[in-house]
Amino acid sequence: MAQADAGALDGRDGNVTRMVTADGIPLKRSLQRAERRRKIAALLLVTPLLAFLLIVFLFPIGQMMWRSVDNPQVVNALPRTLNALEGWDGSEVPSEEVFAALAADFREDLQRPRADQTWGPLGVRLNYELSAARGAVARTVRNVPDFEPPYREAFTDSHRLWGDPAFWRVIQREGRPLTASYYVAALDREYDDEGNIVRRDENRRIYVGLFMRTLALSLGITFLTFALGFPIAYYMSILPMRHANLLMICVLLPFWTSLLVRTTAWIVLLQQQGVINEVLVNIGLIGDDGRFSLMYNMYGTIIAMTHILLPFMVLPLYSVMRTIPPSYLRAAKSLGATPTTAFRRVYFPQTLPGIGAGAVLVFIISIGYYITPALVGGQSGRMISNEIARHMQQSLNWGLAAALGSILLVGVLILYWAYNRLVGADNLKLG
Amino acid sequence: MAIPSYATPAERVWYYSFRVICGLIFFFLLAPIIIMIPLSFNAQPYFTFTREMVTLNPEGYSLRWYEDLFSSDSWMRSIRNSFIIGIAATFLATTLGTLAALGLSRSQMPFKGLIMGILISPMIVPLIISAAGMFFFFSSVNLAQTYLGVILAHTALGTPFVVITVTATLVGFDHSLTRAAANLGASPTRTFFKITMPLILPGVISGALFAFITSFDEIVIVLFVAGVEQRTIPREMWSGIRESISPTILAVATILVLISIALLTTVELLRRRSERIRGMSPG
Repeated sequence: MAQADAGALDGRDGNVTRMVTADGIPLKRSLQRAERRRKIAALLLVTPLLAFLLIVFLFPIGQMMWRSVDNPQVVNALPRTLNALEGWDGSEVPSEEVFAALAADFREDLQRPRADQTWGPLGVRLNYELSAARGAVARTVRNVPDFEPPYREAFTDSHRLWGDPAFWRVIQREGRPLTASYYVAALDREYDDEGNIVRRDENRRIYVGLFMRTLALSLGITFLTFALGFPIAYYMSILPMRHANLLMICVLLPFWTSLLVRTTAWIVLLQQQGVINEVLVNIGLIGDDGRFSLMYNMYGTIIAMTHILLPFMVLPLYSVMRTIPPSYLRAAKSLGATPTTAFRRVYFPQTLPGIGAGAVLVFIISIGYYITPALVGGQSGRMISNEIARHMQQSLNWGLAAALGSILLVGVLILYWAYNRLVGADNLKLG
Repeated sequence: MAIPSYATPAERVWYYSFRVICGLIFFFLLAPIIIMIPLSFNAQPYFTFTREMVTLNPEGYSLRWYEDLFSSDSWMRSIRNSFIIGIAATFLATTLGTLAALGLSRSQMPFKGLIMGILISPMIVPLIISAAGMFFFFSSVNLAQTYLGVILAHTALGTPFVVITVTATLVGFDHSLTRAAANLGASPTRTFFKITMPLILPGVISGALFAFITSFDEIVIVLFVAGVEQRTIPREMWSGIRESISPTILAVATILVLISIALLTTVELLRRRSERIRGMSPG
C-alpha cells in the first residue's frame, strides 16, 4: 500500500491506460502483492489460536467421535479365526478349522506381556453385543494352552457359548475395523438372529426416551425462561436508562455467580428439610408429613435450570426491545387498536428476533447440560449428558458414550447453524 | 413511567399487577442467591433458618463454617488451584485470543466465516463432549491429571470470549490512527503497544475477565481431566454437595457471590469506559 501511495501515477489527464509505481512495476500488480502480504499477515495473527484449538479442542473431539465407529478389539484379538470364518454361512457351529485357529489366536495372545494381551478387551467388546460373552472368553482363555484336538469339543465343553452359532455371528459381524453397533445401541435397537436391526424389548429401551426427555425438558425450560424473561425485559425496556441499569444488575448478578453456587442455592431451598418446605410447614400450610419433594426429580432440574438460564433469555430480549420505538404502540392505539391488539399486532412481532435468539441460546445450552441435572435431577430429571458421563466413568462403554455424544453434538451444531442464520454469531451479546 | 391520569380502571389494575409480576420474577432471580448469605452464618449444621436466627438471637449466628473453610487443607488447596489454573488459562487465552481478533478484524482476512466458526466452537460444543474428547486425548499424551492439562483445556474454553469481546471493540476502531502512527515513523510493534493496545484495552480486559470466570467456574472438564491434586473450588463444592453436605459450602458460596459482585462491577465500569472512549454516550 505504502509503495503504491508513493508511486507516481502515469497519465493524469484522463489517460487510464497504464499506471506504474515509482520503481516501474504496474500499479495493479503492486497492489495485488501488497494485498497478498496483508492477507498473510492477517492469517499469521490468527494461526496460533487456530493451531492451538485444532490440537487441544477439535482433534480430541474428532478422536472421540471416531471411537463411536472404531472397532479394533475383535480384529486385533482373532486374526486367524476371522480368516477361517470367511465363507462361513452362519447357520451352524463353525468347523474344527475355525476352532483350531481360535486356539492358535488365544495361545499367541497369552505369550504376549500382560499389558498387551487382547482377550480382555475382546471379552468386554463382545459382552456389549451378547451378555455372558465376557465370561465365555475369560473362562476359556486360561485353559487354552491345555486344549488338545479336537478343539471344537474342548471349547464347547469349556463354555456353552462357543457352541452357539449366534455368538459366532456376533464375532463375524464385529470382526471388522468399523462398526455401526454403538449407534444401533444408542438408538435402542439391536441385531436379531438374522442380523437385521430391530427395536429392543420395551423394558430395555433407554436412550431414545432419554433423548426425547432431554428435548422435552429443554423445550419446557426454554418456554419458562421466555415466560419469565419477557415481562422483565419489557419492563426494563420502558424504564429510563438509569433505573433499567439498576435492574440489569439484578439480572447480571445471577449470570456472573458460579453455577455451583446457584445449584447449591436451589438445594438449600428445595430439599425436604429446606427453606421452602420449612416455611410452608411453619406457617401451617402443609403438615410435617406433607412436605413436597421438589428435588431429586424433574421439578428440581426444571426449576434450577430455568433460574440459571433466565439471564440468557433476558439479555437478547432486552437489547431488541430497547430498539423498538414506543411511538409505534402509541400510533397503533391512536388509530383505534385496543391495548391487546396493539401489543399483539404491533409490538410482539418486533420482538421476535430477540425471542428467537434467546430461545435458541437457552435451548442449545440446556440440551447439553450436565451439572445441574446430576446434582438436583434424581432419576426423572436426568438428561442425555448424564448418561454420557455414566458410560464414560462407570460402565466404561466408551464407544456408546461416543455415539451418544456424537448424536448430541450433531443436534447442537444444527441448532447453532439455525441460530447463526437467525441472528448471526457476531451478535452474541456478553453481558 | 408514571401512570397517566386518564387511565381507565382496567389499565390501573394492569399497571400495578404487571409491576407485581415483575417484582416476583426479580425476586425469583435474586432470592436464592441472597438467602444463602445469612444461612452461611448458621450456628447449627442445618440448611434452614433456626428459631434463634429468625428471632435475631446472636446465639443463632456464628462464624464456625468460615473457620472450617479456612482451616481445611482441601478447601485451601482448591482455592489455590482455582487461582493458579484460572490465571494461567486467562493469560494464555487473552494472548492467543487478542492476536486472533486483531487478525480477524482486518478486512483482508480470508475464510473469515469459517475461521470465526472454529474459534468460537468451544463455546458452542456441549461441555460434556469437550470433556469426553479431552479426557481421551489428554490420557494418551500424558496430560491427564496434570496442571498443564487443565490449564490448556480451560484456555481453549476461554478463548471465544476474548475473541468476541476484542473483535467487538475493534469494530469501532479508527484505522487511520495506526496509519498516522506508521506515517510518523513508528514501527508496527510500537504502533501496537502505543496506539492499538491502549484503545482496545477495555475489550481485552473484559475478555480476560470472561476467560477467568469461565475457568474459575468450570467443573465438567475438571471432573474428567483433573486429578485429586488439581481439584478446584467448583470440584470441591461438587464433592461437598454429593458426599458430605455441610454449611461450609454456603460459606464458600457467599465468598464467591461477593467475588462475582466485584467482577460484575469491574466489567460494567470497563464497558462504560470503552463506550466513552469510542465516543458513544455512557449507557
